[in-house]
Amino acid sequence: MSQVSLTVNGRQVSGAVEDRTLLVHFLREHLGLTGTHVGCDTSQCGACVVHVDGKAVKSCSMLAAQASGSTVVTIEGLADGADLHPVQAAFKEHHGLQCGFCTPGMIMTATDMIRRHPEGLDETTVRAELEGNICRCTGYHNIVKAILAASAAMGKAAKGKAKKAA
Amino acid sequence: MGIEGVGARVARKEDKRFITGAGRYVDDMVVPGMKHAAFVRSPHAHAQIKKIDVSKAKAMPGVIGVLTGKELKADGIGNLICGWMIHSKDGSPMKMGAWSPLAVDKVRYVGDAVVIVVADTKGQARDAAEAVEITYKELKAVVDASKAMDKGAPQIHPEAENNLIFDWDLGNADETAAAFKKAAHVVKMDIVNNRLVPNAMEPRAALGHYDKAEDHYTCWTTSQNPHVARLVMSAFYNVAPENKLRVIAPDVGGGFGSKIYIYPEEIVCLWASKKTGVPVKWVADRTESFLCDAHGRDHHTHAEMAFDKDHKILGFKVETIANLGAYMSLFSSATPTYLYATLLSGQYDIPAILGNVKAVYTNTAPVDAYRGAGRPEAAFLIERMMEVSARQFGISPAELRRKNFITSFPHQTPVIMNYDAGDFATSLDMAMKAADYAGFEKRREKARKAGKLRGIGFSCYIEACGIAPSAAVGSLGAGVGLWESAEVRVNAVGTIEVLTGSHSHGQGHETTFAQLVADRLKVPMDSISIVHGDTDKVQMGMGTYGSRSGAVGMSAIVKALDKVEAKAKKIAAHLMEADEGDIVIENGALKVAGTDKNVPWFQMALAAYTAHNLPAGMEPGLKETAFYDPANFTFPAGCYVCEVEVDPETGMTEIVQFVAADDFGNIINPMIVEGQVHGGVTQGIGQALLEGTSYDASGQLLTASYMDYTMPRAGDVPSYKLSTSSTPSPSNPLGIKGCGEAGAIGSPPAVINAITDAIGTEDITMPATPNKVWAAIRAAKH
Repeated sequence: MSQVSLTVNGRQVSGAVEDRTLLVHFLREHLGLTGTHVGCDTSQCGACVVHVDGKAVKSCSMLAAQASGSTVVTIEGLADGADLHPVQAAFKEHHGLQCGFCTPGMIMTATDMIRRHPEGLDETTVRAELEGNICRCTGYHNIVKAILAASAAMGKAAKGKAKKAA
Repeated sequence: MGIEGVGARVARKEDKRFITGAGRYVDDMVVPGMKHAAFVRSPHAHAQIKKIDVSKAKAMPGVIGVLTGKELKADGIGNLICGWMIHSKDGSPMKMGAWSPLAVDKVRYVGDAVVIVVADTKGQARDAAEAVEITYKELKAVVDASKAMDKGAPQIHPEAENNLIFDWDLGNADETAAAFKKAAHVVKMDIVNNRLVPNAMEPRAALGHYDKAEDHYTCWTTSQNPHVARLVMSAFYNVAPENKLRVIAPDVGGGFGSKIYIYPEEIVCLWASKKTGVPVKWVADRTESFLCDAHGRDHHTHAEMAFDKDHKILGFKVETIANLGAYMSLFSSATPTYLYATLLSGQYDIPAILGNVKAVYTNTAPVDAYRGAGRPEAAFLIERMMEVSARQFGISPAELRRKNFITSFPHQTPVIMNYDAGDFATSLDMAMKAADYAGFEKRREKARKAGKLRGIGFSCYIEACGIAPSAAVGSLGAGVGLWESAEVRVNAVGTIEVLTGSHSHGQGHETTFAQLVADRLKVPMDSISIVHGDTDKVQMGMGTYGSRSGAVGMSAIVKALDKVEAKAKKIAAHLMEADEGDIVIENGALKVAGTDKNVPWFQMALAAYTAHNLPAGMEPGLKETAFYDPANFTFPAGCYVCEVEVDPETGMTEIVQFVAADDFGNIINPMIVEGQVHGGVTQGIGQALLEGTSYDASGQLLTASYMDYTMPRAGDVPSYKLSTSSTPSPSNPLGIKGCGEAGAIGSPPAVINAITDAIGTEDITMPATPNKVWAAIRAAKH
């Protein structure tokens, strides 16, 4: 057994887990954070993407013990209270989801993608960056549209903030 | 109001929970005392079970129960069935082999369930499953449908001699023979429709809970049709009578057909819950999904088309071998027959058609309906035939199609279907314009200069949806009726609950169904809730598949709304002392037309429940139920144009443009309809370019993970150009045709027609992987 202690969605949590426990299982089964999903056994589908210390990580590719000491954000922790994160809002506005199963992983990947591309995104880049996330419902068309829209909105908001600060 | 009504692009009501991680899928469910199951599955494609030793497994940590097929049979649990009877052309019924939920004497495919292990944790259940010792005597396996009937092929079921399940004909044989006699041209083709794995992103799961005190079962399951699951589990599998069995399909993460069927696992989890005294949850891992979810397609076909000297089609002759896998899944017999051969006329006026289908057993996973189900196989065959014929005749593929289009409706085909509405030329025109077909040769030339092969391909598909009139399907062998039910409950405060037998697993019913009600009763969307997926809440329903939720499910809601509206108007008229014929519903109120007299909607509802002042003899309350049985199938149709660029050095195909022009009849929410087309087209592109299911000769599935089976990813597909036209369906009150499967039906032939146009050879099979395309280019050169 391993003792793990980490911050999840702003809350300090700890627990004793079997050594083989993956981070995704710790989140789902120990913490009841079932928004993070398991869609494959080979770290291909991306339904389990969360942020570990600010970066997108497939939580099936990491042991819970490895995440000890880290700060983790899951889909449940992305919105600011009742205010949706701009990526969440864009997925809704642009119909970027159907069955919703891949959606949490898509949104966490997209959020990280937008953060890493402050210069903005184009369709080719978004499609290439989505390589690790599989969706069977949407054909990606509206997911790409939603990410581009969120990226533009967040870029605009950041510029507005910078202007205000100046 | 307009913005929320029929035809508006309303953002989905259900999205909030999915984008915030609050969706509730079966694997998210926790019941007090719940334990976890793992299945021991056959590692062999075909073998006799000699001995099962569970003693080591039982002694493993955390193990609560290890149960076998013998115990299951001793408790009277029934075999799985196929619910659609097909008779061979000699009149004999189809040969259904026994399928025990846990194999008893023999295993027939890799993944066949043999033993269930229940333990405290999922890890412990899997550890113990590894410790179950089963002695097999391996038998020779057959995996290729075209070899299953060969002399000396291994016999899979004693009931089915030579592995032949049925040998079935549809059409007019004499006329077809005569048509070929007078033909000026005959085009022949051998074609394979590749086997696919549906791959809904949520793996299948089941949570069975037997409540001893109440002698009652609850099953949470990843189902597209929980009521059918309950019916079948009570009527055929002897799990429990219907009143003792509640089936709940909560949020379900995609289905595409694969979650229609009742599989062994949900039956076994329910039974195991009673046996062990604990709630039992099983969740498939992805490899189990690959091994055991019903696969799709897998047809081998020889076809011949007869034309007169002016290239008018005279007749069509089709011989298909359909691989149904190791067991007959729930609707497996209907897919290659009444969902396939009935569409062999395509969009064309073909006076004589003869389709023959031989369905066979092989030592592979069961095959059943997957998005489109039979119709993609028909469309691929016909639309490849049209393209290849046009090329052989040296005429434009668009013109060959145009010359043969059905142009007047209703049109009776020689293969049962009566097309009631359509305008195929308009879809073709729209698609050609959107694709800038006129400018294609310039683009081809430009690509050629850059060392690329550019090609363009058409597909003019038609399908039959909204399945279907109960009496009609009953006469064709269906074990159930295919109506749908709805109940509209107006609460005392005027809010509305709509209970539907349709099931949403991505289709957005909570939004479109609410739009329909808001439009009709002029109340806000927020005051309407759609309830589905629970047999304790909704009395009965037939579920969601075959693009039927709009055409059939929503039509049932319309019928219930008719009754609600009539009663509401009676109450309002009584309250205002007006004539009920003068009452109109506007803006949240019932008004006397042409006056300012009105009763707010909520006040009318309250009056229905206080019952202090109702018309004489009227029952209190406002709740109405309707069952709707459609008059006909619906016939969505359209034209897809795909443009590709092939790199001759690598064989890599890039889809540079994909245009879809669909006729879905009337549309409730265009945003949701477009989403369905995007997804369907992508699955079709997956079939055409990427997805190949591969068994080796011994029956081992070589493509059993996302490392081996190529799912379409964002970088494999383009953004799509969509448009719609509408010839409303005359067969339902909404004029809806359905849109769920069209994309997957229409797209594969468009892609393959484009590739073959680019590389100048017809000799390519799906998936057209770079390796195959490269080899085809090389072979054509030599």
